[in-house]
This record gives sequence, C-alpha cells and structure tokens, in this order.
Amino acid sequence: MSVDLVVPRQTHSPALAGERPAPSSLAVSVRGLQRRYGSRVVIDALDLEIRAGEFVALLGESGCGKTTLLRALAGLDLPDAGQIRAPERPSVVFQEHRLLPWATLWENVALGHETTVGRAGAARALAEVGLAGREDDWPRNLSGGQAQRVALARGLVRDPALLLLDEPFAALDALTRIKMHGLVKELVARHQPGVLLVTHDVDEALALADRILVMRSGRIAVSFPPKNHTPHALRSILLEELGVQSH
Amino acid sequence: MIIRDHMADITDSRNSHIALTGLSRGVSKGTLYKWISWLVPALILVLWQLAARTGLIAPQVLPAPSSVATTAFDLARNGDLFVHLGVSLLRAATGFVIGATIGLALGILVGFSPFALALFDRSIQMVRAIPFLAMLPLVIVWFGVGEIAKIFLVALAVLFPVYINTMLGIRQIDPKLMELAKVIGLDRVAVVRRIILPGAMPSILTGVRYALAHAWLALVIAETLATTKGIGFLAMDAREFLQTNVIVLTIIVYAIIGVVADTSVRLLEARFLSWHANYANRSINVR
Repeated sequence: MSVDLVVPRQTHSPALAGERPAPSSLAVSVRGLQRRYGSRVVIDALDLEIRAGEFVALLGESGCGKTTLLRALAGLDLPDAGQIRAPERPSVVFQEHRLLPWATLWENVALGHETTVGRAGAARALAEVGLAGREDDWPRNLSGGQAQRVALARGLVRDPALLLLDEPFAALDALTRIKMHGLVKELVARHQPGVLLVTHDVDEALALADRILVMRSGRIAVSFPPKNHTPHALRSILLEELGVQSH
Repeated sequence: MIIRDHMADITDSRNSHIALTGLSRGVSKGTLYKWISWLVPALILVLWQLAARTGLIAPQVLPAPSSVATTAFDLARNGDLFVHLGVSLLRAATGFVIGATIGLALGILVGFSPFALALFDRSIQMVRAIPFLAMLPLVIVWFGVGEIAKIFLVALAVLFPVYINTMLGIRQIDPKLMELAKVIGLDRVAVVRRIILPGAMPSILTGVRYALAHAWLALVIAETLATTKGIGFLAMDAREFLQTNVIVLTIIVYAIIGVVADTSVRLLEARFLSWHANYANRSINVR
C-alpha cells in the first residue's frame, strides 16, 4: 500500500492501486522529517506513525509546523530531508470546503473519479453525511456546515487509507462543530482510514482522537492516548503543554 | 418623464424584487409599474406619430413612425433590406470571429504562462489604451476602404475586451482550488476542463458582451466608409437623398441587432453560469 520515499526532490511515489491496508498495518510512517524555510527550521527530525484505522489529533500553537507536516503528508509540500511512507493519494479536508461552485454536489463529490465513483457512488456518500437527495444542488445553496459535510463526503468517497483533516471545523459555529464531531467519528469508524486531525482545539482533540500529539518547535513533544487519563486531567495537561495556564 | 424612466429601469431589471410588491386592489405594484414602463414608450410613439402627421415635425427632420414602418415593409418586400442586413452581419461575424479567436487564444496563453504574461501583456495593454476608432485613418491607409478594412476594424474592437477578460478570468482562479485538484490527482486536461474554464467563464462571457457592443460600434463606423452594400450603405445612400425615413430605419435595425446580440450572450450566461447566484434566475428575466 505504500512505497518508500527518499527525499530530497521527490514527491509521493505511486502506491499499489486498490489495496487496503491490513488492520494492523501502518497508514503512514514518517522518519527524520525536516523542513526549512530559509534558515528557519519548521519541522526538525520528526518521527510519526499512524496505524490504519487510528485517529490521531495533532495539537500545537500557531506556527509550530503542524500544518506543514500535514501538507507534507498530502504531497503538497516537499520536505528537505527524511522519509515518508504514505498512500499515494490521501484524502484531505481543508479548513475551507473548497467545493467547485460551478459543479453540482455529486460532481464535486465524484471529482476526478467520475467513472469509478459515478453519480450513484456520490449519492451514497452524500446520504452518509445527511445530504441525501441533494445530488443536483449547487454549493451556493449550502450552509457552512453542509458544505463542510460535502467536503467530507468527497474525502471519504474513495475509501482512502489516510484521511488528513486540516482544522476542518475551525470556521463552523459551536453547535455545528459538535454535530460534525459526531458525524466524523461515525464515518471514520465505518471507513477505517488512518486519520491525522490538525487542530488547535483541545476539546476537539479529546472528543475525537485515539491518540493526541502535541507539536512544539518542529517535533512531536508529547504523545499519549487519552484513555489513560480523566478528561479533566487531560485537558489541564494538554493546555499546559500548549503553554496555557489552566486553573 | 425622467422619474418614470427610472421606474421602468427598476421594474425591468433583474433587481425587480427591489420594487414594491404589495398588493393594492388585486394588481400588485410590480405589475402596475411594469405596465407603466411599457406605456411610456408607447405614448411617446403615439405623440411622435401625431406630431409628424399634423406637420408639427417636418418629415425631413423626423418622419412619422408609420412612414418608417412602410419603408421597412417596402425594403423587406423587395429583399433589399435583407441583402444589406446579410452583408452587415457577415462583416460583423467575420470580424468578431477573427478578433475573438485571437483574443481568446492570447488570453489563455497569457493567463496560463507567466512567461507569456511578461512577453505580451504590457505591449497589449499599451495598444489597448488607443481608442480603436482613432485607428481609422491608419486602417484606411493600410487596407483602403474595402471589406478588409471594415473587418479589421471590427476584429480590433473585439480583440481587447476578449483578451483582457479571458486573461483575468484565468489568473483569478482560486489557488486553493488548484491545490485541491493536486490533492485529488486531476490531470492537466481535467484541471482545464473542470476548474479553469468554468472558473474563467463568467469573466470570458463579460468580455464577449463588451466585445459585441464594441463590434457593433466598429461596424457602424466602418460602414460609413465607401461601400455599396450593408446597412451603413443604406444610411449613407439615404442621406444623399434626404430620405430620413430610411435613415431612421437603419438606426432602428442597428439597435435591434444590438439587442439581439446582447440577449444571446445573456442566454449563454444563463446556460453556462446557472451555478452562479448572480445569474441563477437570468433565464427567466431575459427580455
């Protein structure tokens, strides 16, 4: 399902098509990743593994390199050194929905996979996110939460081995965000991709993740499963790691 | 008069929902205003007819509408009108196709390639600053007063609006959508077909609309050059003999063709831009 990638100057190598990872296999594996912008090191000797079906949340202050890491995994950013083993085409859901305004909902969901997914597949994916029967609607008729649900359907329609979520709920209002958390949890349980959620919201990470990482100065500073702690204790620990004094 | 015109504007435009729509004795204000908006030009026509018939306006100054209608009927019956119209339309169409093709090709090239932008754009923008009608004496020196000069002038008028709007439309595509295309793995053809062309389409059609208006202006001017066929010839010929009824008829024909051209672009917009909120209900409002 994945191929070694030796940088520099190479993007994701083609993965073997159609193969799903075995339950215990890795969705992504990163070794010694480094990324510099000029003399500033954004990611420094970073190691990361995400198992298939595992939901990992990545917390960190703004500018700590968490989005850069996600973009490297998505193949949108070339690292300066290190090794990434990732599926050729992970799905990405961005902070903005990025729907094509001139394409209907089903065309948006099936974009790039019209022949394999088709209208029927897109309709199923839309139904999964609670938008059954809206295949021929235009994106302009959607609320922010609905548009983000279509983006989620587009991300999941191909059953990706790796799903990258780049603060996808940050622009939504609090109530919609809570509903989206439930939906994402349900969809991830059904489709079983490895998930990397980049967020700055501690409560969101607690609500969704099997494992929480805190990134600081270009490295994974903390990594632990939330199960071993009470939510309240965990919240304090995480906030402290993020440099916020909690009481 | 001015106030009524303004009302007509509101009720006729696609902003008609701004007009008051409250019901008053069965007829909504919107409907009433719509009637008024049509009543005013009809009234002007009637007054014009009366003034001309009673001799208030001399026929050499402005002929009666009925006289213009009779002239139109006569010229249509003996086929002259259609021969001249056909020649004019062919000129306009040839010039438009040449100008639009060059403008579209250049616009796409410059829109996609920063190198082409560096190479062409500044020069094109400089030439664009010239009002195309100011080129007329030079065009006559180059091509004489024949068909080529006329077509060249139309093509010149069309080229710039199509070029500018195509180029801008392509350059203004949201880079975030291009990033999405990369994530999804669209190939180059699919990126152009699914993202760039539809994204640039509103801008391109705006360019086509401007181009049609310019083409028409260029044609009117070009046809005042020595010519033996075309609507412009009809007008020039009629001027020689002070046939104001024919002159008014040619003006009306120019106006009608302008409206038809504009309407066809609106239909294109309704067809291609139905996804866009601004154009969503245009098909209903096309007049």
